[in-house]
Amino acid sequence: MEKRTVFSHKLLPYALLAPQLLVTIVFFYWPAGQAVYQSFLIQDAFGISTEFVWFENYRSLFSDPAYYSALGVTALFSTVVTVLSLSFALILAVEADKSLKGAGIYKTLLIWPYAVAPAVAGVLWLFMFQPSLGVFGKMLNAAGFNWNPYLNSGDAFALVTAAAVWKQISYNFLFFLAGLQSIPKSLIEAAAIDGAGPTRRFWSIVFPMLSPTAFYLLTVNIVYVFFDTFGIIHTVTRGGPAGATTTLVYKVFSDGQAGGDLGTSAAESVILMLIVIGLTALQFRFIERKVTY
Amino acid sequence: MHPIKAALAASLIVAAHTATAQAEVQIQWWHAMAGANGDRIVKIANDFNASQSDYKVIPTFKGTYADTMNAGIAAFRAGSAPDILQVFEVGTATMMAAKGAIKPVYQLMQDAGEPFDAKAYLPAITGYYSTSKGEMLSFPFNSSTVVMWVNNDALKKAGIDKIPATWPDVFAAGKKLRAAGNEKCGFSSGWITWVNIENFNAWHNLPLSTKANGLDGFDTELVFNKNAPLVKHFENLVEAQKDKVFDYSGRTSEGEGRFTSGECALFLTSSAFYGDVKANAKFDYTAAPMPYYPDVAGAPQNSIIGGASLWVMGGKSAEEYKGIAKFLTYLSKPEVQAWWSQQTGYLPITPAAYELSKQQGFFDKVPAAEVAIKEITNKAPTENSRGLRLGGLAQIRNVWAEEIELALTGKKTAQAALDAAVERGNVMLRQFERTVK
Repeated sequence: MEKRTVFSHKLLPYALLAPQLLVTIVFFYWPAGQAVYQSFLIQDAFGISTEFVWFENYRSLFSDPAYYSALGVTALFSTVVTVLSLSFALILAVEADKSLKGAGIYKTLLIWPYAVAPAVAGVLWLFMFQPSLGVFGKMLNAAGFNWNPYLNSGDAFALVTAAAVWKQISYNFLFFLAGLQSIPKSLIEAAAIDGAGPTRRFWSIVFPMLSPTAFYLLTVNIVYVFFDTFGIIHTVTRGGPAGATTTLVYKVFSDGQAGGDLGTSAAESVILMLIVIGLTALQFRFIERKVTY
Repeated sequence: MHPIKAALAASLIVAAHTATAQAEVQIQWWHAMAGANGDRIVKIANDFNASQSDYKVIPTFKGTYADTMNAGIAAFRAGSAPDILQVFEVGTATMMAAKGAIKPVYQLMQDAGEPFDAKAYLPAITGYYSTSKGEMLSFPFNSSTVVMWVNNDALKKAGIDKIPATWPDVFAAGKKLRAAGNEKCGFSSGWITWVNIENFNAWHNLPLSTKANGLDGFDTELVFNKNAPLVKHFENLVEAQKDKVFDYSGRTSEGEGRFTSGECALFLTSSAFYGDVKANAKFDYTAAPMPYYPDVAGAPQNSIIGGASLWVMGGKSAEEYKGIAKFLTYLSKPEVQAWWSQQTGYLPITPAAYELSKQQGFFDKVPAAEVAIKEITNKAPTENSRGLRLGGLAQIRNVWAEEIELALTGKKTAQAALDAAVERGNVMLRQFERTVK
């Protein structure tokens, strides 16, 4: 039987929740509500003439091929970045978890990129891979590859993906490493005594024991790709060439900022919000069931 | 000290400060000039402030052109707009449509009783920022136009003894340059749409859109996909991209370093690139006029400008407007204009300033600067070459660039890409038209 302390005061729980609720209302519900309202308006940039149009902004969005292209780019981008950054991080964490000489140094170095802001990560990668100034960009061209992220959509997508993955590996690594270290050594030793090889031990014991961490990371990574990669895209490709790196969040920005079209931009951000809410709910509903805690 | 006393004292200090500040009217000037040009803006403001004691111009740097415009719009929505806002040329339609948010310059000068003659300015520049009746809406501050930057050393090495003047010559020169060991690039261009659509059409006296490119009304429709020379030009570019006789360098100025590094020996971009070239090019360079297709009747016509203008925001006091008017008069002075244009490579906005620069021998030292001014004054502007006024042009340019990128990578034909550019652009124009009714 669990021990419970009972407070008789009815208002106390609300009072304790109030600061958190206030923060959520001011920083989430209020702006989100404004976005929903704005998405029903067609307005000039200055807000001088306003027309209430119900769902017209949404309708015109869903008849715009560029929007579907952004949806496709986002789906591909989030899948590739999440899969790659989680797998690399897992491999690195498993390796760093072994008793190596100088493991501390490896671990510290692997965590460093996490401290780099997305925009800075973007500039770093562009600096290396700019086709005519970047060291690696020049090398690729000298080696006969026609490397030009300003024109070739594949190149641009690869560059943005590389920067986004590189930046996220640290974070995933940190959590995987912590997850690995919390697995009781006795389990692994017992398996080893029973004759399970390293591969078998990994898939039968380590991997399932890591699943809560992996699940958490999956959610965080998808949110990261949806929103935080904006800085990378903005510094490296600005959504180009030909929309090849225009993700949903980048389109929200470019329609609202460059286009001054706040209605469409707001409609896009509302849809984006629904997608992320939906994805997160799905993950908790279905994937969480398969997770061993 | 007692807290209340401290607060009182603090408010007294603040009050004292505002009292002294009220002696001179403050004029907030938000601009987008970074680096050396930002310092020059500060100098202009300081010089003006020192020249009189009634008004004080306070310049504030607000980031890129887009950032500055958005900051101005956001401030207006919050009820705290600056007095003067620097807006890039593609934001012109958005600004002029915002009635009440802005005060047209001609009206400002009239109301403030400031002597002002719109004819004292170069029509090729002010046309972009004036109504079809010639009323100046915003003050043309920094204007440039497209020129072709030439690496003379590389041309000599490739055996090209004359700077190519026509497009067929440029493509031929590009081939020779590639054959002579320029591995990455024959020629290239910055600002892909400004150079190859907007200025190409003006230079060949072809319509970009109906209603005099939008100057006569927001119900303008894009028509440039029907211009045979333009389609031909893009077909040529697509063909040349295959073996890098032409090599794409991005949508804005990000590829300009390819000229100064020697990678591209011919590079079409803004005349205001001059400062960069002067600082970084380690070879003999010059600027030449934009090429043209000799089989197009009337070409070359005149080029159109890029850059930015100063918009006066609405809802300010008569006092402030008087100060702004005085400041704009100060900016128009030949010596201020000549200094600004000589320092930056931007065009002088009055014939008087042009003459002054000539007398000072500036163009003998920097012939490149004169190429630009000769281009914009080459012929009297026509309906097709006075300027552009398209709502949301900044975003429309991105759409055009997307389509050009598809054509250059062989995913669409030139004609299909231009058709799509027109079609998608028209959708945006209609959307804009709706918001300004």
